[in-house]
Amino acid sequence: MTMVRARGLSMEYGEYTGLVRAVDRVDLDIGAGQTVAIMGPSGCGKSTLLQLLGGLQRPTSGEVWLAGRRIDALSERALAKIRQNEVGFVFQAFHLMDELTAVENVETPALLAGRSPRAARHRAGELLDRVGLSDRAHHQPWQLSGGQRQRVAIARALVNEPRVVLADEPTGNLDSAATLEVLRLFDELRQAGQTLVVVTHDARIAAVADRLIAMRDGMFADDSVLV
Amino acid sequence: MQDVVLAMLAKEPAHGYELRRRLRDALGPLGDDMNAGQIYVTLNRLAKAGLVTSERADGLPDRPDRRVYALTPDGQQRVAGWLSEVSWPKPDLTDFHLKLVAAAAARLADPVALVDAQRREVLRRLREAARAALDRSVDPVAGLLLEGVVLRLRADLEWLEACERVWSAKR
Repeated sequence: MTMVRARGLSMEYGEYTGLVRAVDRVDLDIGAGQTVAIMGPSGCGKSTLLQLLGGLQRPTSGEVWLAGRRIDALSERALAKIRQNEVGFVFQAFHLMDELTAVENVETPALLAGRSPRAARHRAGELLDRVGLSDRAHHQPWQLSGGQRQRVAIARALVNEPRVVLADEPTGNLDSAATLEVLRLFDELRQAGQTLVVVTHDARIAAVADRLIAMRDGMFADDSVLV
Repeated sequence: MQDVVLAMLAKEPAHGYELRRRLRDALGPLGDDMNAGQIYVTLNRLAKAGLVTSERADGLPDRPDRRVYALTPDGQQRVAGWLSEVSWPKPDLTDFHLKLVAAAAARLADPVALVDAQRREVLRRLREAARAALDRSVDPVAGLLLEGVVLRLRADLEWLEACERVWSAKR
């Protein structure tokens, strides 16, 4: 089953001679359970592509499908709901809320999705356990290391059982020990069958990917499935 | 290898199999393909060079090898020299660089295609080393070696990216 599909996906900025195609007529099919690493130098369009796939931006042209449903032309409200319930985002800068504890950060998207406070807290607790941070549940982000914050962010991305997790340079701010923890976590997700797309220039991500895409100038230069 | 074996004997005399075990532990996952006979070949050479001596020892009955090896004064001196040495292996990029130049000059092959093929190979090796490092049972000291391998390969990938940029522009 195809979980993520793109057809002729393009994103343009500027016009006339200043026209830049950040993403240039990309076709992509990502199967359910696949872990895909999209790699390339900065400016190659990989972050923009990820934002298009997750409905964070709308393409200039082309189509985006998620689990068999076309999402690029949805209303803003419908799209917001998809971003909340069906996609988990992980960012380089973590984007945790400083005023909230780890467990509150993780449960917030579940509360917004309409789960009861009790169910949301229960689920958040399970996920913090899964990422090895049960003992940090009531710490605030500033009391956590970078690696711990990213693991909280990953737990938050998983709270609504998304169809796909999209990660943008998830190890970009981490030292090598913390990177290793995040890679181990991604490897567990891969084994659990979570569809995962990571854009990065950190080639270590390849360790947990079963498909590598090299991107240059908005296009795919190489696409290989690994065994 | 010779210097490493000598340095491991600096603390106390040891059996060949003991040295082998310590080497494998230090190498972690990368020590798995170490040849079992290699340590004995090395010890024999060191003995011939007068850097170690050995004597038969009453040891464990289930071990065929009951020789215990020890450093000679010459051996000790060589260990001291080795430790103070600052030589460092040079990554040899000249060969690949010249391959690109020659391929482009004679129009033998597209340099960018050569870079691509090389990138895939480096990435494959990097993936292997990074996967080995995921194993939680890897001891942190042995893990350092894997980290070094990964960091070097990442530098190679960055260099290949630079190669691709320049050679693409020349097409």
